[in-house]
This record gives sequence, structure tokens and C-alpha cells, in this order.
Amino acid sequence: MINSGDTAWVLISTALVILMTPALAFFYAGMVRRKNVLSTIMLSVAILALISVQWVLFGYTLAFGPDHAGLFGGLNWLGLNGVGQTPYPGYAATIPHLAFMVFQLAFAVITPALITGAFVERINFPGFLLFTLLWSTFIYDPVAHWVWGIGGWLRNLGALDFAGGTVVHITAGVSALALALIIGRRKGYGKFPMEPSNIPFTILGAFLLWFGWFGFNGGSALSSGGLATSALVVTNTAAAAAALTWMLMSWIHKRPSVLGLATGAVVGLVAITPASGYVSPLSALVIGAVAAVVSYYSILIRVKSGLDDSLDVFACHGMGGITGALLTGVFADKAINSAGANGLLFGNPQQLLIQAIAVLVVAVFSFTVSYILGRVIDAVFSLRARSEEEEIGLDITQHGEAAYS
Amino acid sequence: MKKIEAIIRIEKLDEVRVALEKEGFVGMTVTEIKGRGSQKGVMLEWRAGEYRVEFLPKLKIELVVNGDRTEAAIRIIAEAARTGAIGDGKIFIYPVEDVVRIRTGERGIEAV
Repeated sequence: MINSGDTAWVLISTALVILMTPALAFFYAGMVRRKNVLSTIMLSVAILALISVQWVLFGYTLAFGPDHAGLFGGLNWLGLNGVGQTPYPGYAATIPHLAFMVFQLAFAVITPALITGAFVERINFPGFLLFTLLWSTFIYDPVAHWVWGIGGWLRNLGALDFAGGTVVHITAGVSALALALIIGRRKGYGKFPMEPSNIPFTILGAFLLWFGWFGFNGGSALSSGGLATSALVVTNTAAAAAALTWMLMSWIHKRPSVLGLATGAVVGLVAITPASGYVSPLSALVIGAVAAVVSYYSILIRVKSGLDDSLDVFACHGMGGITGALLTGVFADKAINSAGANGLLFGNPQQLLIQAIAVLVVAVFSFTVSYILGRVIDAVFSLRARSEEEEIGLDITQHGEAAYS
Repeated sequence: MKKIEAIIRIEKLDEVRVALEKEGFVGMTVTEIKGRGSQKGVMLEWRAGEYRVEFLPKLKIELVVNGDRTEAAIRIIAEAARTGAIGDGKIFIYPVEDVVRIRTGERGIEAV
């Protein structure tokens, strides 16, 4: 039976999560050089268009269609055939099946957009489009099925991922690492300074992400009652704890950095994502703070390594997602969500092991398939812009537009 | 006639302008520029760690004065733009051959 409150909340949440992709575009664009601002925005907003089509045509059914061997969904719902206004109780009994589908679409969109931070300022746009399409089809859709699809093998194993710690952040973060390795450093990286174009863009993007994340995590309750409220509260709490922690770390280093605080907020949001339907506000404080420390030092190590994961997708989303997924296995509490499980702190060390298996399998799968896809596309279509295009800037050379007069 | 070209801190423009105006130097051209001196750039905060900015934003003021007023103008600018810290800027002085006022065709110091 359709419940109007639940349906309204899921539809609003869908809009909130859709807003996160342009928010991410600005979050990223502020940190690149002036000559690549439009190109960086384009990567995210082109994905919004491309994956919205892919999801309707075949992405949704590959991820959520009737199960095959626990690995992927069947093609029964190709072109949304049979996905209509009545609920599909296996996923959400009180909202239209179409509402569940479009809510999930917003997640399928933002996930590949997260990866773009690894290869901004040097990506070849056609190669990027092809990579994104294949990445969504061969990594996002199957992993979403494993973790969230009925019959998915990680779901059956008991892995907890309320809103996408493994499905969204680990897949994107680890794939970013693979792509950064394939595409190589920006010209002059480490030799010449690369000044960010507009830090206020980045701050605006970060706090629009915070806003959208209420839909991301709160909407994942797929209902509008207590669980959605709990998820929303722990989301805000973890973001705040991580933002404060990061601000303090930058202060100890030198001065309280705005960019640091905003980065911390995003990392806290990443880390609470898998846990958001299973943990208390006090646990969220710990999850946010721990993730901030982990990601902060991951960035420092990444810089020292010489790898040009330009906007630290691995450090923020990969490590933040891994931290969150593992800590879900520590702090999960059935008193918060009886459909979940207890974690280590509540007498069930087994859950931490299950979380670790999910993290490991999803990370290895994402890295391997991304690396293969990236190598093949690079060989055939080139993932990297031509040297002179990169020097002049991708706004002009790839898109024929200038961000600033 | 001399052209005085002063590179100053952005935040000192109003003090310099007011001081010059008080002594009768009204006309000037101001350009936003970037530059560096022997201190090189500065370090700014990145997400974790810092990054170096090699060129700092400054302003360039240009004005043309009668030869006997050159030292006065230099003194005014140097006093008003000075903080005593590294990065206060520099003043360059050039000879000027002629000046033309486009509207009237006047030449020389009358045209300034």
C-alpha cells in the first residue's frame, strides 16, 4: 500500500541527491586551475545526463532486477518495463516502484562523478564518456546488486551498507586510484604550483553536499518515520565532528583552514553513509572524527607518494568509505534499527568480519575492473588529452568555452 | 617630466591616493598586477598541508609629474605605502619625452 508520507520523503530525497552532483561539480571546480573550471564541471553534469539515460534503459535492471546467482540482476526490467506506480514490496512496500528506481538513479549518477576528481585537468572527454558508461555498467550496477539487490551475495552474507559506503564511496575511491595510475600526473605536477581557481566555489559545493546528504542517508530509510530521522541526525553529527576535527588538525599545522573544514565535513559524510541507519549520534561523533584523521593523513601520504590523484578521491572517498564500512561493524546497534545487526561493541564481532569481507571484495573488484577498463579505453581512444590541449586548458580546447572573460 | 611607477600593497592604495591628492597629484593610473620580490611567494593552506603561491597580487600606480616635483611624489608614495614588513613594493622613475592630451591636442606638462 502506498503511503503518501513515505513517497513524499523519497521523492524529495531524490531531488536532494540529484542536487549533490552539481554540488560536487562546484566542489571540484573550485580546486582546479582557472583554465579547467568548465571542463571539471562538465565531467559531473555530463554524467548526470548520461547515467540518467543508462539507468532507465538497462542500469536499473542490472542492479535491481531479479537475481542471477547473487551476482547481477536479470534483464526483466529493461527500459523500466514492469517498473510502475505500484510498490515492489521486496525493496520498498509503501512507495511506488518508480520512486525507488529514481531514488537509486541519483546514487548511480553521483558515484562515477566522484571519480572525476582523480583525472581532472588532463582527461580526454570522449574517452571519459566511454569509461563512465562502461564503469557504471560493469562495476556500479553489479556491486549495487551484490549489496542491495534481492539475492545479492553480500546482502545475503549480512553486510551492512545503509546508504552506500561500499557501493558508492569504496567503488569510486578505489577506482579513482586505478585511473590516477593509468592517466599519470598533470604536466608540471610537483614542479610548478597549481593554484585553485575559486575556493568559495569549493566551500559552496561542500555545504550543498552536506544539505543533499540528508536525502542520501535519510532517504535511504525509504520511509519517513523514525529511522529516516535517526539517519538524518547521525549524518549531521558525523559531518560536524569531522569538520571540527579537520579544522583542529589544520590549526595545529598552522591556521584553521576553511578548505580543511569543508573537506572534513565531506569526509565525515562519506564515513557515516554506510552506518547512518544503524548507529547512535554518539557513535556518529566517533565515526566522523576517526574518518577525518584517517583521510587527513591519507592525503599527506598520497602527496608524498607523488601520485596525482588530483582531488584526493581515494583519500576522501576510498579511505573515508572503508573507515565508515568497518566502523559500521563496530557501532551498529539493533536498538537503532531492528532490521540491521549488532556490531562489535554490542557483542557481535562477527559483523566486523563481514564488513571487512565486503570492503575487501568490493575494493579489489573495483580496482581490477577499473584498471582493465581504463587501460583498454586508453589504448583505443586515449584517456588523456593531448599535451598542448592540457597546456592551454581543457575549457577552450575540449569544450570551446571560457569560464571567465 | 618623469613617470613614476610604484608597485604597492593592494591595501595601501587609498592611503597613497589621499596623500598624493593632498599634495596636488590628482591623476594616476592603477593596474592590478602580480609579482614577487626576493621573498619569493607565500605558502597557503591546502586541504592537508600547504601549497605555494609564487606571485602575489599587488597594484601598480603610474603617474607623470613635472621634473621638480619628482622627489616630492616619491616621498609621499614611499611614506604612505610603507609598513616596514617585507613586500612593501618598489618605485621606478623614468624620463618622459612628451605627453599628448587626446581631446585638445595639448602637449607637454600642460597635457598631464
